[in-house]
Amino acid sequence: MKFRVRVLVRLRPSVYDPQGEAIRKAIAADPRLSAETVRQGKMFDLEVKAGSPSEAKARAEEIASRVLANPVLEDYSVQVLLD
Amino acid sequence: MARFAVLVFPGTNCEGDVLHAIEAVTGQPAALVWHKEGSLDGFDAAVVPGGFAHGDYLRAGGLARFSPVMEPLIEMAESGRAVVGICNGFQILQEAGLLPGAMLRNVSLSYVCRDVRLRVEANSSPLTCGLAPGTTLRMPVGHAEGNFRADDDVLEALEADEQVIFRYCDDGGEASDAANPNGSRNNIAGVRNARGNVAALMPHPDRAYEEALGGVDGCRLFESLHRFTES
Repeated sequence: MKFRVRVLVRLRPSVYDPQGEAIRKAIAADPRLSAETVRQGKMFDLEVKAGSPSEAKARAEEIASRVLANPVLEDYSVQVLLD
Repeated sequence: MARFAVLVFPGTNCEGDVLHAIEAVTGQPAALVWHKEGSLDGFDAAVVPGGFAHGDYLRAGGLARFSPVMEPLIEMAESGRAVVGICNGFQILQEAGLLPGAMLRNVSLSYVCRDVRLRVEANSSPLTCGLAPGTTLRMPVGHAEGNFRADDDVLEALEADEQVIFRYCDDGGEASDAANPNGSRNNIAGVRNARGNVAALMPHPDRAYEEALGGVDGCRLFESLHRFTES
């Protein structure tokens, strides 16, 4: 079976995010808008072959830890999309 | 005689400068090696030049570590031979786990392209073995992701072990905030591995090896690399 899996990669909370901060300032430039913080990340949608949703998640987690995220800077989360 | 490999990935764009700089400064032979090569037999040292390997897709240097040439490059590093990275080559060596830390986007969010001054911090690396600590050098940077980042404990260990080999400094040799072009922690511009045979820096010695380029301080790094291969 093929499963769709969504991987979110974001900077670890302790890592300053210059892009997110620039976006926050751009938001604040519009007087009608404001955000206390902005953190930018990346999204990856994968299709993986697996026998079950939990196996699909495990496969995607291995891909995320080995390829998609750099553990020095980033965390990731993995969600199997069931529709 | 030492023979130098200059690695070329799709998107690498400084290989010609590095090749010419090695030959012109050291008088030793160098050859370009395509990233699909599975062997670095016959080479005494390897340089990973700057550019945009694999288009910087995913992360700068993030896909290069899956290229076939990385296996012999890691073997070369494990054998104690010199492996050196410049700019994007630094990012590639970090992503491959050969050097500590990672590069964030510059704090300014700008691509920084200008001369910087570097202070040599330790001569225990292939890039600095011919230089006295405290020496300052001028050469250009050209990068958008050179903001060196490592966790506090890693950073402390790097400093304690003298693995920081270059720091950005001002004309007086002070590692000041104003002299830091990208927000790097502790003004770090270059590091080495624990063993002392793998090293890299963000600035470009390959853009400062003859007067016509505006400076010759980069020669000192290639001379060091040559000296390291003979030791």
